[in-house]
Amino acid sequence: MSDAQKMVKVYVMGEAYMVPEGSTIIGAFEYAGFQLKRGVGCREGFCGACATVYREKGDYKMKGGLGCQTVVTDEMYIAQIPFVPADKPTYKMEEITPDAGTFMNLYPSVFRCVSCNTCTKACPQDIQVMDYIQAIIRGDIAEAASLSFDCIRCGLCALRCPAEIVQFNAAILAQRLYGKYIAPQSKELEARVNEIIEGKYEKELNDLVGMAKQELIDKYYSREIKIS
Amino acid sequence: MPKKIKLTDKGAEFLKQIEKLSGETITMCDQCGTCSGGCPFVEEMDITPSQIMRKTMLGQMDVLDSKTMWICASCFTCTVRCPRILDVSKVSEALRQTKLRQAIDNIDIKDISKEDAEELPSIAVVSAFRKFTS
Amino acid sequence: MKDNIKIPYFPGCTLKTTAKNFEISAIEAGKKIGIEMVEMPKWNCCGVVSSLTSDDLMKHVAPVRNFVHAEEMSEKGTVNDSRMLILCSMCFNTMKNTNRRVKNNAEDMKSINDFMYLEKDYEGKVEVVHYFELLKEIGFDKIAEKVTKSLKDMKIAPYYGCMLLRPKEIGIDNAEAPAIIEDFITSVGAEPVNWDAKGRCCGSYHTVNNKDIVVNLAKGIIENAHRSGADAIITSCPLCAFNLDNRQKLIMEKDPNFKTMPVFYFTQLLALALGLEEKFIGLEDHYIDPKELLKNKNLI
Repeated sequence: MSDAQKMVKVYVMGEAYMVPEGSTIIGAFEYAGFQLKRGVGCREGFCGACATVYREKGDYKMKGGLGCQTVVTDEMYIAQIPFVPADKPTYKMEEITPDAGTFMNLYPSVFRCVSCNTCTKACPQDIQVMDYIQAIIRGDIAEAASLSFDCIRCGLCALRCPAEIVQFNAAILAQRLYGKYIAPQSKELEARVNEIIEGKYEKELNDLVGMAKQELIDKYYSREIKIS
Repeated sequence: MPKKIKLTDKGAEFLKQIEKLSGETITMCDQCGTCSGGCPFVEEMDITPSQIMRKTMLGQMDVLDSKTMWICASCFTCTVRCPRILDVSKVSEALRQTKLRQAIDNIDIKDISKEDAEELPSIAVVSAFRKFTS
Repeated sequence: MKDNIKIPYFPGCTLKTTAKNFEISAIEAGKKIGIEMVEMPKWNCCGVVSSLTSDDLMKHVAPVRNFVHAEEMSEKGTVNDSRMLILCSMCFNTMKNTNRRVKNNAEDMKSINDFMYLEKDYEGKVEVVHYFELLKEIGFDKIAEKVTKSLKDMKIAPYYGCMLLRPKEIGIDNAEAPAIIEDFITSVGAEPVNWDAKGRCCGSYHTVNNKDIVVNLAKGIIENAHRSGADAIITSCPLCAFNLDNRQKLIMEKDPNFKTMPVFYFTQLLALALGLEEKFIGLEDHYIDPKELLKNKNLI
């Protein structure tokens, strides 16, 4: 490479640092010498641990994103959100029902939504957050579960919400309710679970447990691989 | 000789703030009492809607400690009857907002029991939170 | 005048939860009288309850976003009427209030449009219309012609509550002497009673944390209806319906001599009079069972 790596200026917690162009926000933090213990996770955009807020030069908008996926731009102001405090009630799935009343009881803040849509604007996963909160209010749990499916619980929605709703935790509840009470049940799964409970695979499993290591290795490599 | 009522500085500022928030010229109130007479909630209130108007007009900030503004449910009965075309429900709202904007809620949203949650219509809860929480 | 009104329909949260019978009866009755209700593909809370302060613009965002979606429906041509049809009195009041505010105040309109930068701008082309107003437009005489099962012998108390009448700029009829629901009742063959509590507040959202207020007000309203000789009360508000119907349970606990009364959504009676099947009327969803009354009147 003939040219030196091009550098851009970013402000980390208000202080200027030069970092290589093309760095992610997490990369910029670490290049600048910060050691991140919280607010960083898989670095692949899946785990949702690295919620970040930033402003770009000349833009009035406060933006949100994942630190591991957002590339820095020149004169960007960045901050890392280590953790979003969130209300998280406990409940027994057997004792609740898939309707708006369950949320009135467990997540009443949902009913404070003013439909401002700030959550949707903040979501790095492009989820229609406000729409799923509205679906909860009108008792449409299936819609809420479906709209919130891609949520990775980074917490930016809750952080920006003027009504202090904990959208991402309410979404988990909606998804659980959907799974337990609304989604079509798989007959095959049910049959298999019954077989397991009835002990159909007990002998096979015990045989495996009793095998010597080499025997187990041989069995593994000689197994039949089904591609369907 | 008529005696002129002079508001304290703080009281005058309070009146100005409520007039601005409500958009109503509260000093126009004649104290005829029509609002209180027609109010379906007046029995539940500690002071009447016309007293709310009077106290606000005089800059008496203890009006904020009364139950009345929280009992008012914006049914607009007073609004359509006021001979001075004043909107008392807007004054109530301005008083509520004055408290709410100091982050003082009038309901604990966690207070909705499981039994209530099972039967309450969504619209009741949404409305109550809009009126009672900041 | 169009033969068939195809209009954007805004349901609101409660018509999807505790007031499903209100929705189904309105949709099915509408089909019989030339109203095709097209539910908006995207809608959010109406913004209830209307913010009454001069500066609280954020609370008006919700209705405006709904208007944007209604405008999109007109642009796409999925409807032939550019207005927005609302059943719930509270939604109606809230949305009409905001619509008036932004249409009369260009600055507010701009602030809200700027704030909602993900959506198209609202151009102010939507009018809010209540189901009662559409019935009046079609003509109560025309409705009467379509009635196959006259509700004669039924004495009905027309309950307007607050949100259909007040404030004056929002109300669908004279705030102190309304007649539209009376006309509706006559059109389905029943007799409207003249009573004092037609516009009295039911206690509204106090039902959440101050039930006593609602119990007292609802008791007064129902007793007034009894004194005027009514068999039942009709309403177009799912919150009034809850307070007047479901809260009779608490009224009875307080006063064992209290005489109950069924409460209907007006569209249920319309559906009944138009000869619709019972599954479209939703008589199961009441707290005070109305079936005995309807059986006594030979209506079911």
